[in-house]
Amino acid sequence: MVAVGLQATASLPISIRSITKRYGAFTALDAVDLEVDSGEFLTLLGPSGSGKTTLLMVLAGFIRPESGTVLFGERDVSLAPPHKRDVGMVFQNYALFPHMSVAGNVAYPLKLRSIPKAEVGRRVREALELVQLGTLGERRIDQLSGGQRQRVALARAIVFEPRILLMDEPLSALDKKLREEMQIEVRNLHRRLGLTTVYVTHDQREALTMSDRVAVIDGGRVRQIGRPRDIYERPDSRFIAEFIGESQFLPVVLRDGAAWLDSHRLAVERPPPTAQGAHLLVVRPEKLTVLPAADSGHGLNLFEGTVKEVVYQGESSLVYVSLAGGLELSVRRPSRGADAVPVAPGAPIRMGLAPADVVIVPAELHP
Amino acid sequence: MTVSTGGSANLGAYRVAERRERWLLQSLVVPGLALIGLIALAPIGWLFWMSVQGSSGFTLDHYQRLLDESYLRTLKTTFELSILVTVLSIALGYPLAYLISQARPRLAALLMLLVLFPVWTSLLVRCYAWLVLLQRRGVVNSWLQDMGIIDAPLKLMHNFTGTTIGMLHIMLPFMILPLYASMRSIDRDYMRAAANLGASPVRAFWQVFVPLSLPGLFAGIIIVFVLCLGFYVTPALLGGGRVYMWSMQIERNVTYYADWGAASALGVVLLALTLGILWAVGRLIGFDRIVGGK
Repeated sequence: MVAVGLQATASLPISIRSITKRYGAFTALDAVDLEVDSGEFLTLLGPSGSGKTTLLMVLAGFIRPESGTVLFGERDVSLAPPHKRDVGMVFQNYALFPHMSVAGNVAYPLKLRSIPKAEVGRRVREALELVQLGTLGERRIDQLSGGQRQRVALARAIVFEPRILLMDEPLSALDKKLREEMQIEVRNLHRRLGLTTVYVTHDQREALTMSDRVAVIDGGRVRQIGRPRDIYERPDSRFIAEFIGESQFLPVVLRDGAAWLDSHRLAVERPPPTAQGAHLLVVRPEKLTVLPAADSGHGLNLFEGTVKEVVYQGESSLVYVSLAGGLELSVRRPSRGADAVPVAPGAPIRMGLAPADVVIVPAELHP
Repeated sequence: MTVSTGGSANLGAYRVAERRERWLLQSLVVPGLALIGLIALAPIGWLFWMSVQGSSGFTLDHYQRLLDESYLRTLKTTFELSILVTVLSIALGYPLAYLISQARPRLAALLMLLVLFPVWTSLLVRCYAWLVLLQRRGVVNSWLQDMGIIDAPLKLMHNFTGTTIGMLHIMLPFMILPLYASMRSIDRDYMRAAANLGASPVRAFWQVFVPLSLPGLFAGIIIVFVLCLGFYVTPALLGGGRVYMWSMQIERNVTYYADWGAASALGVVLLALTLGILWAVGRLIGFDRIVGGK
């Protein structure tokens, strides 16, 4: 990227305290507490209607909550109108002004701040170069492609050097390939500018790719918050395990400080939960290994069954297996090296799950 | 492979079928086009023909007469009234259209009903209603006198004021409808984006909302102004013979003098002026923007 003048400015932490928003009988946000560190890239991930966008709108000032406080750094902005919050925002549909040129759009926030003309020109140029649109300043908005509009929206959101950047599903209108490119680009831009960023998406892969931390939201509450790896590898509820990645559940019984699958005592790395009630073992298809006949699978939790079906999906195959007792399980096998242990419908199969990959969650959706 | 002969034969058959379908589809517009030709284009042609016919064949006398001072005065009145009514309908219609476009759906529907209600009432009825309201001892004057705001009744009709009030009332829906349509299509995210970028509500309104509503405003201006230019009933009733519009000159030439040639020339001039204005506006801002294109 071109070296330009937009530098990492001092960014601000965000503190969301007990924010509640109701629409009639529907509670969109239910006493949400959330701390976003200075310079952090935090993603709000959740299904539609979960409240993630409502929370972003509260941060931007477009929605007034019933109760709670929002702090940007030390400043309480709970009652500040949107135009006095000084946060950058990228809208889902970009909301680029069609009656202004590309440069006009990017210059607009600077003109509102009465910045001298020469400096406006310089900063617009820098911002457009930063998003690699240096030559398109004079274009009309309707002459741009989706990806270019996305970049203009980004340039407009950061040109006035806000301390906080909000993004509302900014990549959802792009096709898959462009979306993946932009994910990396937005991530790199964030690293360069160090802006505290709150990013809303319903796309879990996007959340895992881009974020420092992910807050999974459902029913107006933060259900789990953590680094992408923790959210994926250590879901702490059935909802999280179901919502993120592919998960299958086998009923387990907690007894004597151990987890039992039928009469097998599961080998675990971390001690199983001590809570009462029904629990489930979370098995992700790619965590299972198909064992060759010669391999005793020492130290692994073993599953034995019969191959029902093999579905070839390119880089991997999904093998559906019937276990004893009417349970089913599927295992994902990378296509590379699959020939070493051939599987065929009707043949017996043995699979192993490492103790480190054992995840046990309560059986209710939201404990 | 041996697809070439069979392929090209097929291609020809496809083309024939496609052309047939297109013709069938296009033939649907024939009745509409015929009607327009019959009731609009043919009379206009005839009008034009009559305007250049004298007792001894082709003549430009009818047009020459229009240079007379009385006609020029009428033309001036017509334009003054049309411009005034258009400006006032913007002043009254824009805020109202804005309110309706921002209101909750049910309130918006109610307000829209109120705006449209007069349109469903006969033009003549509305003009006579204004006569009742505006006359010397009418409702408006008695109210104002009872409240002690004025001593003597105001002259509100049979003059320019009365004509303006009446025409404004009739034209207002034609300004509000296109404005409302264009305001409704403005995504609320534009205003949110403006606020987010630091624009106060007033600046966001003038710098974002108003520019985005311009297509509707231009459409309203054109409709109202052009309708005003040819307006007859209201000025005739509320003007009381003191406000002389171009259309009234046409009427006088036909009914009093049975001078169809002069009346036709007046009609042709009005048509030409209207088309000229539409053309100029189209050149200035582009018609595709007004009728809802980009």
